[in-house]
Amino acid sequence: MAPRTLFDKVWSAHEVVAETPNTPAVLYIDLHLVHEVTTPQAFSTLRKMGMPVRRPDLTLATMDHSTPTQTAQVFGTVPIKVDAAAKQVRQLEENAAEFGIELFNMRDARRGIVHVIGPELGSTQPGMTIVCGDSHTSTHGAFGALAFGIGTTEVGHVLATQALLQRKPKCLAVNVEGRLQAGVTAKDLILSIIGQIGVSGGTGHVLEYRGPGVQELSMEERMTVCNMSIEAGARAGMIAPDEVTFAYLEGRPRAPQGDAWEAAVMRWRKLFTDPDARFDAAVDIDAAAVEPMITYGTNPGMVVPIGRAIPDKGDEMFSKAMHYMGFRGGDEILGKPVDVVFIGSCTNGRLEDLQAAAKILEGRKIARGVRLLIVPGSQQIKHQAEKLGLAEIFKAAGADWRESGCSMCLGMNGDTVAAGQYSISTSNRNFEGRQGVGARTLLASPLTAAASAVKGAVADPREML
Amino acid sequence: MEPVRRIHSKTVVIASSDIDTDQIIPARFLTTTTKEGLGKQLFADWRYQADGSPKREFVLNRPEAQGAQVLVAGRNFGCGSSREHAPWALLDYGFRAVISTEIADIFRGNSLKNGFLPIVVDEQTSQWLLHHPGAEVDIDLESTRVSLPTGASVSFPLESFARHCLLSGLDEFGFLRSKLAEIERFESTRHL
Repeated sequence: MAPRTLFDKVWSAHEVVAETPNTPAVLYIDLHLVHEVTTPQAFSTLRKMGMPVRRPDLTLATMDHSTPTQTAQVFGTVPIKVDAAAKQVRQLEENAAEFGIELFNMRDARRGIVHVIGPELGSTQPGMTIVCGDSHTSTHGAFGALAFGIGTTEVGHVLATQALLQRKPKCLAVNVEGRLQAGVTAKDLILSIIGQIGVSGGTGHVLEYRGPGVQELSMEERMTVCNMSIEAGARAGMIAPDEVTFAYLEGRPRAPQGDAWEAAVMRWRKLFTDPDARFDAAVDIDAAAVEPMITYGTNPGMVVPIGRAIPDKGDEMFSKAMHYMGFRGGDEILGKPVDVVFIGSCTNGRLEDLQAAAKILEGRKIARGVRLLIVPGSQQIKHQAEKLGLAEIFKAAGADWRESGCSMCLGMNGDTVAAGQYSISTSNRNFEGRQGVGARTLLASPLTAAASAVKGAVADPREML
Repeated sequence: MEPVRRIHSKTVVIASSDIDTDQIIPARFLTTTTKEGLGKQLFADWRYQADGSPKREFVLNRPEAQGAQVLVAGRNFGCGSSREHAPWALLDYGFRAVISTEIADIFRGNSLKNGFLPIVVDEQTSQWLLHHPGAEVDIDLESTRVSLPTGASVSFPLESFARHCLLSGLDEFGFLRSKLAEIERFESTRHL
């Protein structure tokens, strides 16, 4: 057989019907993750057509996007403040019950951000196809799964058939050499990659992150990298599974157990790109040269190493972004004042991210006038962070420690940044208004975010480690 | 779905590149549980002041933009979030097509499934359109060509199956459901 990429192998193992010039492929889906925001209309369609969910056993629902993060609202001692969000939560409960889908509801200890809980439970596994009505589904590619975001119509297709109509995308190799320096994180690596290839550099492609610089990364770091594939325009990002992957998954409640585990690992070991396989395109990144990165504009490609000045570009897009951000070309980004710091999201809301933030915040206080919101990616992470004493460190530093959810990444639940305020955020999008109408977002790592909260201004975390 | 064969309309131009779906419809409006009525919130933060009154300088609030069914936008339209509320909002407002040099993957797929046309043209055609707001264009799905008032006519790429569905008013869902026997066979014979 001709040498194949990791992506080719996973794709062809799920082709129910191959594509032809006139028809797309029918692609089988192993795991469908469901949340409250992008599914109500899909369930309505099924109901109207009198169709059941075909494989409820391959479907898993949680609540994350519009849910409150304040304990009293989460556990129902006071009503959810945002009415429309409360309605979506109720509707997902009704839909899950009616269609027989397992749901982690508001009080469930396993609830959390959809892309955090899949891996945490061991539901996300190498070689799978995974979809969800959310563009950051690319996160699961860290396990060597083909995972991508879909729209609500496609959510309906998967609910009804467990398959999707797809044209096969191209594949772009992101070759990462070298090792990240101290104080530089996976977030800085992916921001640097997006800065290099641009916000549409991956359009029409699946990215495969590979090379020694990727093998060095922990699973949580790999998830951060794959998570932001979509910010480079790629629907999916993948990393070949290895010993790090297997060690992460072993013993997780929904991972295979016993003999089935051994058999699964044997199978997963075949999931790599063959030596002579051809990619449609390739880029090279030197991880050792990456510095802490921070965005200055209104998309994730407008990014610089933290010690560098904002570049002075003449185009209209740049001027529009600078006007929105209240910056000027040539400004130093270090030392820019900060009003809000958000640590959390499917990009950087996992335990290692919280541990990184705690490293900076331990024994320090956040600057006067700064609001620091720390939102764990799942209830399990919240529990672990409390057990490890991280929550105490955060609270002592002056942070607001919350229940899990998407929260201030997109501000659907009322956790927002006020107009004109500057927010350093560990999330994935610095689009205009993303964190609130008129909010100005600077994307960075948990280390940079925590250091900036302490300084009250954009700060280089390497000076505080 | 209604068949889509031809769109003849004047254009509205929003020249920015990288217009993400958060701009097309901000997240706070995603708490809806239906598809209807989202046109009011299309480009909400560019279109309205904080008090809800229209921003006069924004193109959709100008008299000459009224009734236009074709949006012309800068490179990489529809990037970011997978929210299908974006094409729903564009359609509900009255748009039927967007023309750009590059359109993001998820948005393109969502659009086609709703009969909203994502049309990719070359740089030169795009530049002409960006500099001639209000131009009358003709989009023909049968020949997959866009015609400009200059007499120029350029072809645009359109995935063959999506084109077939649009022209005949077919729902892709029907085709997928016709493959259920194959899906069942796949499930019973696949060895992991």
